[in-house]
Amino acid sequence: MHDSRSTINRRTRWASALTALTVIALALGLTACGGSSGGGSASDGGSEGGEIVVGSLLDTTGPLNIYGKEMTNATQMAIDDINANGGVLGEKLKLDAFDTQSDDTKYTQYANQLALQDHPAVVMGGITSASREAIRPIFDRNKILYFYNEQYEGGVCDANTFNTGVVPSQQLAALIPWAIENVGPKLYVVAAEYNYGEISADWVKKYAEENGGTVVGTEFVPLESSDFSSVISHLQTTKPDAVVSLLVGGEHIPFYRTFNATGLNSEMKIVSPTFGLGNEQVVLPANESKEITVAYPYIESLENPVNKKFVQEYKKRFGANAYVTDSAVTVWNGWHLWAEAVEKAGSTDREAVIDALQEGEGISFDSPSGKVTMDPGSHHVTQDISIAKTNDKHGFTVISTKEDVPPSYEDEVCDLVKDPSTNQQFTP
Amino acid sequence: MDQLVNTLLGILTSVSILVLISIGLAVIFGMMKIINFAHGTFLMLGAFFTVTAVRAGLDFWPAAVIATLAMGVVGLIVERLLIRHLYGRLEATMLATFGLALILEQVAVLIWGTSSTGISAPLSNFRVGRFSFSEYEVSLIAIAALLLLLAYLVFTRTRFGIMARATTQNPEMASALGINARGINMGTFAFGAALAGAGGAALAPITAVSPSMGAGYIANAFMTVVVGGPAVVTGTSLSAGLLGSVQRLVSEKTSLVLGALSVLVLAIVILRLMPEGISGRLRRTL
Repeated sequence: MHDSRSTINRRTRWASALTALTVIALALGLTACGGSSGGGSASDGGSEGGEIVVGSLLDTTGPLNIYGKEMTNATQMAIDDINANGGVLGEKLKLDAFDTQSDDTKYTQYANQLALQDHPAVVMGGITSASREAIRPIFDRNKILYFYNEQYEGGVCDANTFNTGVVPSQQLAALIPWAIENVGPKLYVVAAEYNYGEISADWVKKYAEENGGTVVGTEFVPLESSDFSSVISHLQTTKPDAVVSLLVGGEHIPFYRTFNATGLNSEMKIVSPTFGLGNEQVVLPANESKEITVAYPYIESLENPVNKKFVQEYKKRFGANAYVTDSAVTVWNGWHLWAEAVEKAGSTDREAVIDALQEGEGISFDSPSGKVTMDPGSHHVTQDISIAKTNDKHGFTVISTKEDVPPSYEDEVCDLVKDPSTNQQFTP
Repeated sequence: MDQLVNTLLGILTSVSILVLISIGLAVIFGMMKIINFAHGTFLMLGAFFTVTAVRAGLDFWPAAVIATLAMGVVGLIVERLLIRHLYGRLEATMLATFGLALILEQVAVLIWGTSSTGISAPLSNFRVGRFSFSEYEVSLIAIAALLLLLAYLVFTRTRFGIMARATTQNPEMASALGINARGINMGTFAFGAALAGAGGAALAPITAVSPSMGAGYIANAFMTVVVGGPAVVTGTSLSAGLLGSVQRLVSEKTSLVLGALSVLVLAIVILRLMPEGISGRLRRTL
């Protein structure tokens, strides 16, 4: 016999369970909406008379804006600088900038809008590697030249994409041996959980092994997580000499805070290829960011005339408290390298600009970080690398600088001059 | 031995954090049957009030108390302007508080900007064997226990609390007996908001304080409250105890991601077996 009472009971029980789950789902949905803010400026189309339309996609709001804010500043400054010096090919640049709000779906939405409505001569942008991989195929498909101006895990080999950010074969290749020699051979990797963190963790392991070190543990932290208590506990059980922080975004800043509050900073040191890109050393009190070592092409305190002028201009424009990040200078380099390539090509046509960038020894630019050269084959830049340490003035002090470091891994695996049809990301 | 202390303190801290982020929500939900989607922004405002007070030169502890009281006032205003027009309309309050969350987050962006800030943890650290611990994180256990006790005492030992429970159980009868239901509701909502403020204040030294920070906590807060069921104090402590311990143990033994996942799975299983939450079967109102 069918017991109708128990069915009803079960049904109501399911119904209330479903109601409860719906509430949770809505709460999770609210999570996804978090950090949303006004959209970017939209323009309704095409290159206008006497102006060259160019596009930019950066997170100026949400947890990734710790990077995006300075990168947006540098974008405005670069466009104004190029325009003040006569524009390119005698025409002024018109910037079409979108705030992608730390949301990868906004990236694809605005990238499509740029590609289908605005037809810019070039688009620069993307901060996380996840966002880059979301928009790179869109610009490939729509034949719009794309520059990615941010430190990343390396290996992108795509004829339509130019990368001005520092890669592991420059950055980790300098930082990991430094850590092993100066701090100790036992390393523990704490990484953001997405393609950047995962691939970079492999790089750390490779460079550690090549230099007589060992990785005693690797831990991945979701981008939206601020809970580092179990990481701290693992660090205390494994007792590494150095912690390699591959953490990303505002939600990960509490790691440094917890690390300090627990007193771990007296037992182990942090080295990081990401710390400082988001001005973490400005946000954190000096005692919480003590003795963190980084490696970047650009450090604000670099002594050279180009940098002196650049920093002066930057602070005049964005306030004396603004600290110029490596990412900001990378963006600046991207725009200027493109502008030089357009001048050389005599046209903003994509094919012509790519040809100009791939010709001969490659295009060079006198950057605040020193000379940067776009390698024709790998579409990555040769540049100086400095190792630096946090100081008590919310900044970094340079320890040593190595000049003209090539992106050796990218140069080795990727030759777009010889094989322009390559389109993949190489990983170790 | 030191490993045991480490695990135990870790579990207690995780449980305390769940209590801190959900107690305010639990009071408003348990006593007023209002699903407050603005709870995450209440936490955020509590944290920002604390940061602002500390920046103005105050010590952390008085700053946290001020932030708590200030959030009580915010709660009072929100109840007067928004919530009181919507009593008994569950969907309407959900929508209204969702909208309020969006507005408050943007207001926070306008006031404090979008960047993350924070303050250093007060107190120092201590060692047990191989492990060192942040004194502040351990003191979170005491703060959480104190807030639970406060909620318990307010609803059992004060005239206001008893009238509030009477209003929850039988609003018509309560009104007939001369209890001012509107005043009581206003007080309960303000009390819940103040508890949310206290939670946010307690989080300020250990997290990234930014206008969007509520988003990172609201899912766990809702989960704790829904799993806990209608009894505010019992439900919240039992459910935070269960979810927090599992989360901590799993992330300790495996990874953070599996730790977060285990809580979701556990919540689904519990709600399947006990749709009214853990305290739904206990004959308790607190």
